[in-house]
Amino acid sequence: MTVSFKVNGVRQTLDVEMEMPLLWALRNEMGLTGTKFGCGVAACGACTVHIDGVATRSCVTPLSAVENREVVTIEGLAAEQGAKDALAPIQAAWVAHQVPQCGYCQSGMLMAVSALLKEKPKPTDAEIDEAITNVCRCGTYPRIRAAIHSLSNA
Amino acid sequence: MSIKNPTRRQLIVAGGLAGGGLLLGYAFSGPSRHTLAERAVAGKGEQVLATWLKISPDNTVTIYVPHADMGQGVVTSLAMMAAEEMEADWSLVRAEVAPAEKAFANESFGLRYTEGVHIPPMFQGLTDAALLKVAQLMNVQITGGSSSVRWTGEHGMRPAGASAKDMLVRAAAARWNVAPGECVAKLSHVTHPSGKSATYAELANDAAELSPPSHPVLKSKADFTIIGKPIPRFDIPSKVNGTALYGIDARRPGQLYAAIKFVPVFGGDVVSYDEKQVLSRRGVRKVVRLPGVGVAVVADNYWRAKEAANALDIKIDAKGNDAVSMKTIYAQHDADLAKDKGSKDVEIGDADAALGQAAKRIETTYRVPYLAHACMEPMNCTVWIHGEQAEVWVGSQSPLTVRGRVADIAGLDFGNVKVHPYLLGGGFGRRVPVVKGFLDFPSEIDFATLIAKEVDAPVQLLYTREDDIQHDAYRIAVTSTFKAALDANGNPVAWANRYTSKDEPGEAAHIPYAVPNQSIRYVESPTAVPRGPWRSVAHSQHTFFTESFMDELAHEAGKDPFEYRRKLLKNEPRHLAVLELAAAKAGWGTPLEKGHARGIAIQQAFKTIVAEVVEVSVSPSGDLKVHRVTAAVDCGSTVNPDTAAQQVESGIIFGLTAALHGEITIEGGAVAQSNFTDYEMVRMADVPAIEVHFIDSGAELGGLGEPATPPVAAAVANAVFAATGKRIRELPLKNHDLTPLTAKMAQAAD
Ligand code: FES
Ligand code: FES
Repeated sequence: MTVSFKVNGVRQTLDVEMEMPLLWALRNEMGLTGTKFGCGVAACGACTVHIDGVATRSCVTPLSAVENREVVTIEGLAAEQGAKDALAPIQAAWVAHQVPQCGYCQSGMLMAVSALLKEKPKPTDAEIDEAITNVCRCGTYPRIRAAIHSLSNA
Repeated sequence: MSIKNPTRRQLIVAGGLAGGGLLLGYAFSGPSRHTLAERAVAGKGEQVLATWLKISPDNTVTIYVPHADMGQGVVTSLAMMAAEEMEADWSLVRAEVAPAEKAFANESFGLRYTEGVHIPPMFQGLTDAALLKVAQLMNVQITGGSSSVRWTGEHGMRPAGASAKDMLVRAAAARWNVAPGECVAKLSHVTHPSGKSATYAELANDAAELSPPSHPVLKSKADFTIIGKPIPRFDIPSKVNGTALYGIDARRPGQLYAAIKFVPVFGGDVVSYDEKQVLSRRGVRKVVRLPGVGVAVVADNYWRAKEAANALDIKIDAKGNDAVSMKTIYAQHDADLAKDKGSKDVEIGDADAALGQAAKRIETTYRVPYLAHACMEPMNCTVWIHGEQAEVWVGSQSPLTVRGRVADIAGLDFGNVKVHPYLLGGGFGRRVPVVKGFLDFPSEIDFATLIAKEVDAPVQLLYTREDDIQHDAYRIAVTSTFKAALDANGNPVAWANRYTSKDEPGEAAHIPYAVPNQSIRYVESPTAVPRGPWRSVAHSQHTFFTESFMDELAHEAGKDPFEYRRKLLKNEPRHLAVLELAAAKAGWGTPLEKGHARGIAIQQAFKTIVAEVVEVSVSPSGDLKVHRVTAAVDCGSTVNPDTAAQQVESGIIFGLTAALHGEITIEGGAVAQSNFTDYEMVRMADVPAIEVHFIDSGAELGGLGEPATPPVAAAVANAVFAATGKRIRELPLKNHDLTPLTAKMAQAAD
């Protein structure tokens, strides 16, 4: 079975099982290791990517569900955001607030937050709490919140 | 200039004990550590001036940090310490994690050991083990015990930087034929009042010919231009665009992936399985039995390996361990505690006698369960054994120990094993590899090596989250019993504490309070559940116990818990200052919203004192919310105040997860939890406002990665008591009905 979809603007055709989760296709078949594995059961958000612009947990998204769709991973975030520089404003805000610690959850955080900001450019704390349910074991949450607010005040 | 005082030189460089090789580029006969370091890191035209510093022809300084960065910003902090002393221009400073070469072993452990200075007991086993062979002295390139900045930084980076500067200045003075004292090093240049100026790069070759100073002079704090500044971390940019590489991201041509079907019961084994069940599946290459562990499946894609491992039926022999449960473990704790008086931890005065005569006696028992580390990056290790060589790609708190471990298991020479250190997606004590007699449980490093022996390709072993939660080395469950006596004024006159299983650091159960009669003792109560260090190690359990019980005493005495502690800390000025700052910043005693209450706790861990005031609310139906944590911290002083605050925030949230949700239970000899679905974490919506205040006491530097974690649970539980009248003596809080106890309290919460 082959499946064909776009990843970061490039069309990909894979000859793999349709039930293989997108996460493992990205990480093991396409060498895109920026998308992380944290739980495998949609409980942590480390694997979040955009599918047609919507934040989606790729560990539970079978390839059958992405046929002909547009996937953006952390590697393609800056381009998706139309950034002129290497970093999109959201990534620059992460640097300015020195958000990451170990950094492992941050790909997923950035993908989840960028999708939230697209929908709600000025989210309230309650909206942030509701939308961002990703786990960060290092506890970078306060800085993530501050970085989000800095973007919505920009 | 010759070295006049070898004793002092040894003091600076520590590793001099290990057969003559030394730090800071001393030229010694035989293979010196300098040479080793140089071979490992110096490119053409570059000079390694001191073991931890390199000056390149473009005048950049690269600082090699012998610690893994688990997210604590240590690479940047340590580079700051060396650059400060070296008078480097920060914009020209780069930092790299040192390769796993012996020349980069964490000297400070050896130094502290040989000086007879106290090192945290959690590492004594390591150091002892390492000292068995001279070569192994340097096998301690470890990150843990909050050791990086206070040891490697103070005893390695700063003297190394100062020595480099001294050599550069002398090189300039010789070139210009002036006195070194007339030259000034600043911003990666040496200048002379005559107008002469040279970059460090221009002086590096000459400087490398000189002997390092026997007494490198360190700068005084008032002159710092880099230390103490909130300097951005080097590692952040790569962590926002997906380019940062963790162990799990290691990719080699032809790489295969392995998943393990574990025997769930600790101490059980595999009896039989039929590999034909999975060998015909797409991508599956090999099935490998791991005695005492389970069965590994190797495939060309991790998902295929994992699905195949899932599909494999394995017959197991639990060897009788399936009868173990929390009930039997706690019954064992109780029986062991009842059996005898246990071993001495602290004995001051005569606690028994004081208890006998007391105006008031309080007796109680506390418990905490096992905890998993749940690093965001599940455990993994990539190994390739080819011919007589092995290569390892891993994120580890001690790459050098990994190297030794892989060599042992693969049956190869240490020198034939190459470790490529990758970033760690969290460590928290979990990524400290095994050392015989210390953390002697088999881990992913061992399993990956065993699998790699059977496979003719690089193979990455990766745990599922379920494997990670169910096959960890756990923070142990502890039971702690207390008896205290109060005099007629409510002051404690006796403190008797007995607990199960002594852990490191040894002083975790000690109290800073002026209680005249103390008896703190422990009994061992081993189980088959693998144990390991967990952020702040024994402090995480004991601070909950001691600071909750101290709160009980305050309430028994009818005193304010802050004032009560304050009085008892009159002989501990640093503790007192920290406690008072936390209380003042939190507005202790000022009115709160209805249903809100505050709790306070304090602990010294890894030489840092942290007090935390927590504000909670409990609704009439018992819903708990943590609103605010105000922390005061005395870690001596901070190298990078921004990363320091970050570590405290992180430690608080880590402790909060444990206090609210953290619980690993054993049922049928196996872990009952499996993933973030039933081993819940604090998430964005649960995070309180956190304020961190540092006290610049100038005391010896303390750790920062761990000390903020211990007080959280007690401070929350003490606040819950204030809000509800319910004393929580067993964690986590989620297991308790927190409905306020009295009608008055329920009303207040209305
Ligand atoms: S890995 Fe997909 S949500 Fe955790
Ligand atoms: S930064 Fe480490 S898990 Fe989020």
